Amino acid sequence: MFGKMVTGATILATALTLQTGSVSAEETLFVPSLSYRTGPFAANGIPIANGFADYFTMLNERDGGIGGVKVTVEECETGYNAQKGVECYEATKGKGALVYNPYSTGITLQLIPKAPVDKIPVLSMGYGLSAAAIGEKFPWTFNYPATYWDQMSSIIKYIDGKEGGIKGKKIGFIYLDVGYGKEPIPLLDQLAEEMGFTVVKFPVGVKEMQNQSSHWLNVRKERPDWMIMWGWGAMNATAIKEAAKTRYPMDRFIGNWWSGANVDLEPAGEAGKGYIAANMAAAGTDMPAIQDILKYVVDAGKSKVAERSDVGKVLYNRGVLNAVVVAEAIRTAQEMTGKKMITGEDMRLGLENLDFSAERMAELGLPGFTAPIKASCENHGSGGSIFLHQWNGSGWETITDLIPPMTEKVRAMLEEAADKYVADKPDWQTQDCG
Amino acid sequence: MELLYNIFVDPFAQMVSTPDFLLQVLWEGFVTGTLYALIALGYVLIFKASGVFNFAQGIMVVFAALSLVGFYEAGVPAWLALLLALGIMAVLAVGTERLVLRHMVNQEEIILFMATIGLSYFLIGSGELIFGGETKSMITEELGLPTGSTVLDVAGGIVILQHIDIAAAVIAALMVAALAFFFSKTRIGRALRAVADDHQAALSVGISLNQIWAVVWFAAGIVALATGIMWGARSDVSFALQIVALKALPVLILGGFTSIPGAIIGGLIIGMGEKLFEVYWGGLMGGGVEGWFAYVIALIFLLFRPQGLFGEKIIERI
Repeated sequence: MFGKMVTGATILATALTLQTGSVSAEETLFVPSLSYRTGPFAANGIPIANGFADYFTMLNERDGGIGGVKVTVEECETGYNAQKGVECYEATKGKGALVYNPYSTGITLQLIPKAPVDKIPVLSMGYGLSAAAIGEKFPWTFNYPATYWDQMSSIIKYIDGKEGGIKGKKIGFIYLDVGYGKEPIPLLDQLAEEMGFTVVKFPVGVKEMQNQSSHWLNVRKERPDWMIMWGWGAMNATAIKEAAKTRYPMDRFIGNWWSGANVDLEPAGEAGKGYIAANMAAAGTDMPAIQDILKYVVDAGKSKVAERSDVGKVLYNRGVLNAVVVAEAIRTAQEMTGKKMITGEDMRLGLENLDFSAERMAELGLPGFTAPIKASCENHGSGGSIFLHQWNGSGWETITDLIPPMTEKVRAMLEEAADKYVADKPDWQTQDCG
Repeated sequence: MELLYNIFVDPFAQMVSTPDFLLQVLWEGFVTGTLYALIALGYVLIFKASGVFNFAQGIMVVFAALSLVGFYEAGVPAWLALLLALGIMAVLAVGTERLVLRHMVNQEEIILFMATIGLSYFLIGSGELIFGGETKSMITEELGLPTGSTVLDVAGGIVILQHIDIAAAVIAALMVAALAFFFSKTRIGRALRAVADDHQAALSVGISLNQIWAVVWFAAGIVALATGIMWGARSDVSFALQIVALKALPVLILGGFTSIPGAIIGGLIIGMGEKLFEVYWGGLMGGGVEGWFAYVIALIFLLFRPQGLFGEKIIERI
């Protein structure tokens, strides 16, 4: 009899626990974070994951979440590996995931076809497939504030504005030899033809990330007027050290926004002085929202940052920006649907109708944090401006105003690429924005 | 016709017209080859003692370097951090022998190989847990290693020699000399060679297999630490460094898995060969060819000497 009572009590307790768990899960907005805190790219993955998680923790602590509903951020370790990324997606999509931020172009390419099937949008913020900016062809994928093609065109525009233009110049392009690094090549080749400059490419294999002396010997041989880098992980710091070793002029070496973090330049220190990189989110902690993160999260011991000074660094703030955009899209979706608890489909609406203006940034305590982002049915990402910052030996200094992309050139190419992507997929889901 | 010109004429014309650049390429190849040789040495040591390819050698390089930098960042003076890092490698050697190898005496080599894969994952996981995944700068100056560079004027051009690269070459040479002496002139060295030939036969003449394995794993740990310092000084210490260690494979194929001089000569051939090919012929194939060209060199040698340049020719009775 006693045994039966114990068994019954155990079953009841288990059932209650499960019920409580499910109720709790229903009451939070679930945002998976496909992070990489291990592996060859961990040094860059860690600050992004920290910034992303800390902003939501701050919203939960300070405001009680978004629209009165707390946000649950669940990290899943991908190691920057596409296969593991898909496993993470499959493991978390059933928990009510609102949006996926893959933080890897390789993983993004895998998730793009899954998004319309599972009705969970993908936000590859400033990376991924450039053509996904065409909203009619990619209703479930977003890549604002700018695509890689936009970013490359802004960098070319910057170079074109120096010393009598880019015509006749030789541009060296050093890139991680994976999908991410190759992504801007079609645009670069097209612009070279149209604007009259030549391109020399230096692909760096993942195995050679920390063994680049051959590549930089080739740079010395080719003597490009400018170098552009599409690097990630340990490749960046090694490239900058090798450039300094080869005595390549640092103020003619421009990285994209994944090649310009503190972790990339701190090892080089003074040797990296003059190096330029693109950026999309202001660094630093002198913004009220970042101060709130310090107060409600870091100082309260609820952050994973190793040191308080990690807050405000380039990639940390990039993670914060990603979280802010997701939070704003959730808020937009809540307002549009009138629901507190939204679904992936609602989230897609929120992302598509996002209007992240300068005024809204100021309201959120992030004045001038990034270029305004305004999405639409047609435009899921293209057109955002970037700014350039320069390493002064110990930190970054912004050296340009916002540089808009060459939209007239880029948009046509994006549309062509989007058409090509869907051409051999008869069941591909598009949308009519007319 | 143009293709033939680009393959057989143009590269050599470039070499003649810019001898300073050719010297720079050869120097970079020499330094890289020296570092490949250092990594390969670690593999050779373990292979000589147990006949097993130590899959964990790459992560041992990272683990040793991270230990050194980790102690220094914790406030320990550089020289003491170096000693403590050596201590960590000693503990790792004894631990590997006690917990892994001791239970596998006389097992198939593939079993021992699988055990080193397991060890590799253990070190990756524990390394990331202890030291975190962030890239760390090597404490080059604090260890008294030279920094800066010397510029030589050669034939109207320049050749840049990094002082840390010169130090790497000197340290590699010293390590090879010390290891050659250790293997050929000391009692433990001779016992180690006996163990490599036959575990049971070595045991039957009173050689302590356990002691030998611990000693050789510690020696491989010292080589790993030296390699970690030198690679770390060139391009920082991160877990991506373990991938570079795979470059030792073609070196071992070329030089032979059991030969210390083979590791050195193999390293230099691979290092200089891949740099020359990448710089003068790589452009014809879109660049980025050195990743596979090292294996091509190794395979060409393998066609003529399957045991490698200095490997032991295995004759088995049927």
